[in-house]
Amino acid sequence: MEPLIALRGVTKTWGAPGSAPALVGVDLAIGAGQFVCLCGPSGCGKTTVLNLIAGLERPTTGEVTVRGQPVRGPSPERTVMFQESALFPWLTVQRNVEFPLEMAGVPRAERAARVEKYLKMVHLWRSRDAQPHELSGGMRQRAAMARALVGEPSILLMDEPFAALDAQTRDVLHGELERIWLETRKTVVFVTHNVREAARLGDRVVMMGTRPGRVTRDLAVTLARPREANDQDVTTLAAVIERELKIEIEKVIREELDDAWTPAGGGLPGAAGRDLGGGI
Amino acid sequence: MGFLALLVVIWAVASRSGDRFLFPGPDDVALALRDNVRSGLLPRAVLKSLARLAIGYSVSLVAGVALGVALARVRWVKDTLGAVVLGLQAIPSVCWLPLALLWFGLGEMAIQVVVVLGSLLSITLATESAVNTIPPLLIRAARTMGATGGRLWLRVILPAALPGIVSGARLGWTFAWRSLLAGELLFISGGLGQVLELGRELHDMALVMGVMVVIVALGLASDHLLFGQLEARVRRAWGLDRV
Repeated sequence: MEPLIALRGVTKTWGAPGSAPALVGVDLAIGAGQFVCLCGPSGCGKTTVLNLIAGLERPTTGEVTVRGQPVRGPSPERTVMFQESALFPWLTVQRNVEFPLEMAGVPRAERAARVEKYLKMVHLWRSRDAQPHELSGGMRQRAAMARALVGEPSILLMDEPFAALDAQTRDVLHGELERIWLETRKTVVFVTHNVREAARLGDRVVMMGTRPGRVTRDLAVTLARPREANDQDVTTLAAVIERELKIEIEKVIREELDDAWTPAGGGLPGAAGRDLGGGI
Repeated sequence: MGFLALLVVIWAVASRSGDRFLFPGPDDVALALRDNVRSGLLPRAVLKSLARLAIGYSVSLVAGVALGVALARVRWVKDTLGAVVLGLQAIPSVCWLPLALLWFGLGEMAIQVVVVLGSLLSITLATESAVNTIPPLLIRAARTMGATGGRLWLRVILPAALPGIVSGARLGWTFAWRSLLAGELLFISGGLGQVLELGRELHDMALVMGVMVVIVALGLASDHLLFGQLEARVRRAWGLDRV
């Protein structure tokens, strides 16, 4: 069966052709209703994958399809939630959430009902008349979630939406997102560098490596829902993912440090996979 | 307020110790103002100037904002007009007068040209910078919500840039006001600038200073009451003035 979202042989190169690719040979098929976490160190291209699906970027080679149709640009059927809420500061919470419906030409009466439904779903109905700057970071992300859901897209793309929040707020929002996902059964692609978050939320964790960015492992998660952040199974799974990613993360650190102190003769540090004194 | 009163006292003392004819005191100026308000000369001049300003400034505002948005968002406009705008910005507005007079003659049009050219470019540059500093994330988010083309401009880009545009509009207003008075000095224009020139011709220093007081008062009132309030309100609503 045709997957809902498919990436085939996708590469992405920034800048001049021939410069180092950000993403190579990514093949990914995501079925309808899945909750997929893209997890990896910074620079692995996980956000790029998300932007490609969103239609905010174009692949250099390969193709990205949704329902078999190539993605040609952003669509209200694939909404995106960013690390910052990206709410419009000049609109109230209610008008912000109404915005996608206005763009879609939904009649006024129906808009009001839909906005109310989704603001209540994220428990923000009481703050509907507030301006975004009057809200806490967690409340802003709730508003952004309502705005992403209100147009009833089939695909929800989330780019580290809770990364800037404190641990307690994040934990609460994980619960909310899981509950909303169980209610609405959207297809969710969730980008994170936080392995615990990936283990807590995903049906499937796609691990990515860096230099060049690529998929290193695709892990199905069969833990029961609803989950808790402190569930033994979640913690164990997070540890497994962490071990896998560690190799990649060390690679990033090594390369970042090398730039500062590789001696003129070269040769000494820097080779990927170098054994840090293991033979002593 | 107290400081202002002190200034008036210093002014009164200074004028008494010098030539009252060349340096009239606040009382002389107040009398001149009263007489010229009663005769209707000043009210007519103020209305004439403000009406003129309203027209020229409106043109500036609309054209300036449109040009600024185009410079910021349309590549070929930036490539062609960008340097021109920066270059012309270096010309003080009065320097347009000779050209305007030769092209349009001693008339309404020449003054309006000076007013528009004096204020348009500052509004343009402020708008361009306001649009350029919109967080790209807002525009990306808007695109994912189906905002494209004209609706993206009207519903997202313009409101996002509004605080900067209002600051530019405020600046443009003072430039327009100055350009207007400079233009009105030149001929029988019926405006405040001409009354100033009339005072000079009649050697009526009290009238000259009276008109200057009126200019200061109008400038302060429009800047603080009109634009100050507007700017503060926009900044508050946009969450830019959080303490």
